[in-house]
Formats: sequence, C-alpha cells, structure tokens
Amino acid sequence: MKKKSFYSFFAVFLAAMLMLAGCFGGKEETAKPADGDSGKKTEETKGPKVLKLNNTEEPGALHPGLAQGTHDSWILEGTFEGLTKKTPEGKIVEGMAEKWETSEDGLTWTFHLRDGIKWSNGDPVTAEDFEYAWKFVLNPKNASTYAYQLYYLKGGTEFNSFKLTKSKDSKKLAEQDKKLKELEDKVGVKAKDEKTLEVTLASSTPYFLDLTSFYTYYPISKKVQEATPKWYTEASTFVSNGPFKLTEWKHKESLKIEKNENYYDKDNIKLDAVTFAVIDQETTAYQMYQNGELDMVYPIPQDVLPTLKDNKEFHNGPDLSTYYFNLNNKVKPFNNAKVRKALAMAIDRKTIVENVAQGGQQPAYSIVPPGIPEGDNGDYQENGGDLFSENVDEAKKLLTEGLKEEGLSKMPKFSIVYNTNEAHKKIAEAIQEMWRKNLDINVTLENVEFQVKIDREHAGDYQISRAGWIGDYVDPMTFMDLWVSDGPYNDAKWSNKEYDQYIKVAKESMDTATRMDAMHKAEKILMDEMPVLPIYFYTKPYVLKENVTGFFTPINRYPQYIYADIEN
Amino acid sequence: MLRYSLNRLFWAIITIWAVITITFIVMHSIPGNPFAREGAMPKAVYDNLQAYYNLDKPKVVQYFLYLKGLLHFDFGPSLKSQSITVNDYIRTGFPISLHLGLQAMAIAIPFGLIFGVVASLFKNRWPDYVSMILAIIGISVPSFILATVLINYFAVEWKLFPVATWKSWAHTVLPSISLALSPMAFIARLMRSSMLEVMGQDYILTAKAKGLGKSMVIIKHAIRNAILPVVTVLGILIANVVTGSFIVESIFGIPGMGEMFVKGIFNRDYPVILGSTVFYSVILILLIFIVDIAYTWIDPRIKVSGESK
Repeated sequence: MKKKSFYSFFAVFLAAMLMLAGCFGGKEETAKPADGDSGKKTEETKGPKVLKLNNTEEPGALHPGLAQGTHDSWILEGTFEGLTKKTPEGKIVEGMAEKWETSEDGLTWTFHLRDGIKWSNGDPVTAEDFEYAWKFVLNPKNASTYAYQLYYLKGGTEFNSFKLTKSKDSKKLAEQDKKLKELEDKVGVKAKDEKTLEVTLASSTPYFLDLTSFYTYYPISKKVQEATPKWYTEASTFVSNGPFKLTEWKHKESLKIEKNENYYDKDNIKLDAVTFAVIDQETTAYQMYQNGELDMVYPIPQDVLPTLKDNKEFHNGPDLSTYYFNLNNKVKPFNNAKVRKALAMAIDRKTIVENVAQGGQQPAYSIVPPGIPEGDNGDYQENGGDLFSENVDEAKKLLTEGLKEEGLSKMPKFSIVYNTNEAHKKIAEAIQEMWRKNLDINVTLENVEFQVKIDREHAGDYQISRAGWIGDYVDPMTFMDLWVSDGPYNDAKWSNKEYDQYIKVAKESMDTATRMDAMHKAEKILMDEMPVLPIYFYTKPYVLKENVTGFFTPINRYPQYIYADIEN
Repeated sequence: MLRYSLNRLFWAIITIWAVITITFIVMHSIPGNPFAREGAMPKAVYDNLQAYYNLDKPKVVQYFLYLKGLLHFDFGPSLKSQSITVNDYIRTGFPISLHLGLQAMAIAIPFGLIFGVVASLFKNRWPDYVSMILAIIGISVPSFILATVLINYFAVEWKLFPVATWKSWAHTVLPSISLALSPMAFIARLMRSSMLEVMGQDYILTAKAKGLGKSMVIIKHAIRNAILPVVTVLGILIANVVTGSFIVESIFGIPGMGEMFVKGIFNRDYPVILGSTVFYSVILILLIFIVDIAYTWIDPRIKVSGESK
C-alpha cells in the first residue's frame, strides 16, 4: 500500500514537473501552435499567399553596398532591383532602366530610367540614387567588401584604393576629404539628369550589362542614406525599390518581406509575403520542410539527397561553380605539368559524383561549367567539350616521366588540405584511394578550418588543397581570369605567358567571336598544363512543395522566389 | 561575511581581467582572419576593412581600446554583421539562452533528484536499474543526437511539436528536454551515491531507532544531507547549461547566445568571441559565488574563513 502511494506521488510529481517546465516557457503565448506549426496547408492558401523560406544565416547587412554573401543577397534580390534584371530563362532585361546605349568602343554606357519608378516610401528612384550608391560602395571610408565589383568603372580602383589617414588632426582630415572628393568626382558614373545615368568604364567589359543586375550595382536612396545612415539594420527604417519591402526583422530569428505596392511591375508579383527563418542546420531546415514549416529548402543535407531522386518535390537547378583541387605549382614535383596531368587523369570523376557527392553533379573535364551562352552560338562549355580524359595507363607513364624530369624516383610525401566538411572529407578520401590504387602513391589528408585553409592557400603553404569557385557573372571570364600570372585569386601560383595573352585579348575585345575563341584557347592551355584539377561542376539541388509554382534558378543565383505563386 | 565577499569580489575581477587578456592573446594568435574568403580580395578592399575596424592598429592599442570600451559596457561591433553589435547579441541572445537553460534545469533538477532517490531506495532492484539506465543514456547520448531523435519523432512523425525556431511555448519543449537530459542524469547518479552513503550513517540509524517513520527519516534526514553534494555542483551545472547550449540552439534555430559564440569563433569575429567569453565568465563566476553562499547557508558546519576568526 505504501509503495502504491509512493508511485502515485511520483506520477503526480512527474506531471507537475512537466507543467512547471511549461510555466517557464510561457513567454508571450499560450500553448496554441504558432504559424506554420502544423503540416496542414489548406487553411493558409485561402488567406494571403505567404511563402515560407529559410535564409540559413542572419543577414549581415541588408545594404546593397555592404552586403557580402548569399545570406544577404537572397533577401536583397527580392527587395531591390538594379538597372537590369534576369528572366527565368536567364536573359538580361530592363529593370529600373527601360533602355540603354553603348558607345562603339564599349566604354560608355548610357542608361535611361523608366517613368514613375518609386522607392517603397513613395519617393522617386532617380539616376542620382544610382550614382550615389555606386560611389558609396567605392568610398574607402565605407569599407565595402564587394567594392571590387565596381572596379570596372573608370577611376573606381583609384578611389577605393585611397589610403585613409589615421591622423586626428582636423587639417589633415580636411585635406584628405578634399582628395577623396577629387577621386570621387573622377569615378565614371554620372547622373546627367533625373532619368539618365552615364557610365564610363576603365576598359571595355563585354559582360557589364550582366553586372548591372548584381546586387552591388543596386541603387540606394540618397535621401534615406543621408538622413538615417543605419536605415538597413531595422525593418522600420528600411527603404527599397524592388518587388518586395522588408516589414519585419527579428534579428537572428526571422524576416518578413511583403509585396511593394510602389513597384512598377507589381501586377506580376503573385505572393503577398515571403517569410525567412534563420536556420543554419541543413537537417533541421529539411525536417521543417517535411513538417510543413517551410515551403522550400536549399541546400539539402547530403545524406538525404540519394533518397530524393524520384521525388516530385525535388529539383536540381544549374550552378555556375566548379569543384577543383589546387596544386601548388611552386612545390616539387607539382611544378611539373606531367605530374599534375597524371594526378588529374587518375581520378574517376563519375564514381565521385555518383557514389560520393551524390547531388546530381556533373564530372568536370574542363574548368568553365555549362550554362554560359557563347553569344548566339550555343553553350560555351559544350562547344569546348572535354579538354582531357581519364586514362590510368597514360597517367602512370606521365607520372614516371614527370618525376624523372624532376630528378625523383618516387612521389614524395604530400597531403591534401581540405576545410571541415563531411562531403569534402569523403571526396578527398575517394581521391586518396584512387591515387593509391592507380598510381601507387600515398597521400595524407589534412583537415583544417576554412579560415586556416584560405590563409595557407594564399601563403602557398600547401601541396594540394580542395577549392571551389562560384562565378560572379555569366561569362567564361569569371573563371578564366582566376589563373593569370598576377591574379589575386591564383592560389595555384601558376604562370603562363601565352595564357595571360589570350585572357588579355578576351578582356579587351568587344567582339563575342574573338573573345570566346581566345578563352577556348586559354582553357585548352590551362587543361594541358593542369595547374588545378577539375573534379565536378556543382548543381543546386532543392526541394519545393508541389503547390508552389514560378520558382526559377538563374545559374549564378539562389533559386528565385520573386515570381512564385502558391496554388490552392 | 562582508570581508569574505569583498575578497571574493576582488578575485572575481582579477579572474575576469585574466580571461579577457588570455582570450585576446589566444584569439589573435590563431591563424585566419575575419575577412578571409576563397580567392584573395584586392589589397585595397582588405586594407579598408582593417582600417574600418581598427585592426590595422598595433595589437596593444587594440587591447587597450577594447578594455576602454568594456569600461563603458561597449563590447564593440560584429565584424561579420553590420546590423547587430555584440551588445545587441548579448541583450537579445542571453535572455533566450537563460530561458532555455532554466527551463532545462527545471526539468533536470527535480527529475534528477527523484531518479537518484528512487534508485537509492530500491538499490539493485528494477527502479534502480531503470533510473540508472536512463542516467547512462543521459550522460552518454550527445544532446545533438537526442535533439535529432526528438525532432524526428515528436515533430516530424507525430506532429506534436514544431521542429525548430523560438516562437511559442510549444517551440521550447523539445530543446529544453534535449538540454535537460545530461544534467538530469548527472544529478541522478550523484544523488543516488550520496543517498546510499547517507543512509548508512549512524544518525539515520539513530533516527530510525527513535521510532521515526521511514518517509520522515528519508525526507528530513537523508535527503537534506544527501543533497549537499548536488547543491555544490548545481552552480556549475546551471552555468554549463545556460552557457553551453550552443549545439541545441543551433539545431533548433534558437537565437540565443551559444550559437553566436560558436559562429564567432569560426568567423574569427574577434569582438563576438571576446564579448561572449567575457560575458560567460562573469556569469560563471557569479554563479560559483552564489553557490558558495548557498552552501554555507545549507550546511551551518561550514563557516567562512573571515567569520571564524
């Protein structure tokens, strides 16, 4: 009997504790589930159309000039618009500008803004807002990370490279401001009148129009920036010119953007609002998707990908990025092209994408990924075709020859440096095994933090390192100029004069055929010399609820929600 | 007591200063920098960023600038986010981490004590085995695995709770349980061994001999004495839970302070690392201090050194 009463007490106590836990949690709400708690969507679709997305990270700065990554840009792309914008087919069309002209030499561009374009606060969007925004980015005082995206403008590099004084002397500061103003005035962007923007480039840039759709080139309201310098940090002061406006920002928690009634193309915007959760764990985001708390998830956890292949909600968009290994061309024997090529030829890329990466990636036998048009002449990568092939026998032969040329009888000890990530680890392990089996060489793996990897790559303190590159704009040049001799991104420390010359030709010419021909030739040299080992071209696998339509995936952007719709 | 408290305060301040200094030195010694990215950025851009955040100044100057800021309770900017300062991070993040931590402890303490007491009273019988198996699971299963399992069943399969974020009461249940299991198991094991030890003491036998009822002996004499070691570790446990919930916060998308700390380290966001370390160390030192006071109050045999003279 006593025991019985003890257990009854125990049970009551358990229940009480659960209630107590609830009391502590009784923040502002009752036990009523919050929005999006249940997986049932029928109720929602009858009301306002609200799309639920996950931004993976708290935006650092929702300011076109200060933003520095996808976690900023995905929201900026919905709330702002540049001179041009991209269609779902990837074409560059009129945005804030309704037309433009280019000078013969491609150096001067004149943009004419649309009539009646407005900021979300009702003010007109003017050419001066563009001029102001671009100069804001280039001003060294604002320390914009993406300032170099505007180095294409005449005088842009000089203005941004001005060394600021550390003196507190007011005279010196005044002098500095004067010099800064002089440099600013020389920057090649000028509002001729309210609706005309004249841009002068430092050198002809055939892909400049593509750049004008990129977020660093978006306008900001001069009036707002000057009156409220921190306007971009809270929803209450946020002013933008795109299809949506920011209406709620719970820092580190969630954001909400709503349809902007002042947007000129508002009739084509079907959604009433888009909410963004801030969840960085891919698995959690995917579980929220399964539970109906999110309508779309990208990226998807690696281990879920193989199970999704036949799922109707699974999509695999194109991506403008390449996964490759850097070889340190300054270190023996990686200074020898035959050794480098042997390593490239002894990797079975098909096995890697199908059994290791498993995200629908495409094996890479060139460096520029598919999806970049070669003018009107099809796809650049397809036209170029495979620039090398896998061949174990040939690889063995090349390795022996290469090592002999370097006075070595066998491969010295070396390691692959990769940054902490399960997928990178698996790929490095697979390649380690392929080299062991095919070439009888032993390589060790070295796992370091991302920041450390980058430091070591820049310092040349590595033999082989895992790398990836996402193109900034849709032109082969976004990959091809990475390996010019004096290029800041040339972590492979490779140098080839002929290659440099072809890149120069492609950069200076406005003729598509000449440019593309030069880049094809340069890429051929790159793959013959093999300073880097291409592994695969990335894709963008994502899941999207079946009742959501109108998503599109520009090759160099996150999947776009701007024209999305939710069907009943 | 006053002298004892002042003495403790002095050493607390010295400890905090040491934490700041050591963290500052270590942080600037680790490789990598906050502005590193795949492909080097042009030198001008890098220099502008360094100048903007005073990182181009000598380290000693940076150190004193930081101390100066701290005297005004200014923890500085975040190098990765212009929209939020370290003060904002702490102001908005800490109440959430505290809420989560206390809620977890509200589950862990009573359940831990109950399981511990039950296990000791039913030594080597099934309630003991059940309690201790639970305790072993609690200690050995990492919170992120437990969190994933809880989400999978309670949120995705049975739809009883939402998966993640921090909106309503329902959102707090699964993270609290995930966080509570480990301290609960620890408390249960500690309470069990402590109870077993106390139950064998002479004064328990005396109490029993005097004819006191079994439940009275357990509640009035055994538990009160056995709970002492638990109280001793409680401060550290609470501090651990409040400050160490970063994995759970990350999995459940909770905008607390723990996540900020971890991301700060990965991003080399110096002010964030320093700010959270300093703030956490203050919390820890404060809790240890409170426990010391509570200890002397529970066990009158313990006298503070200042008073016994």
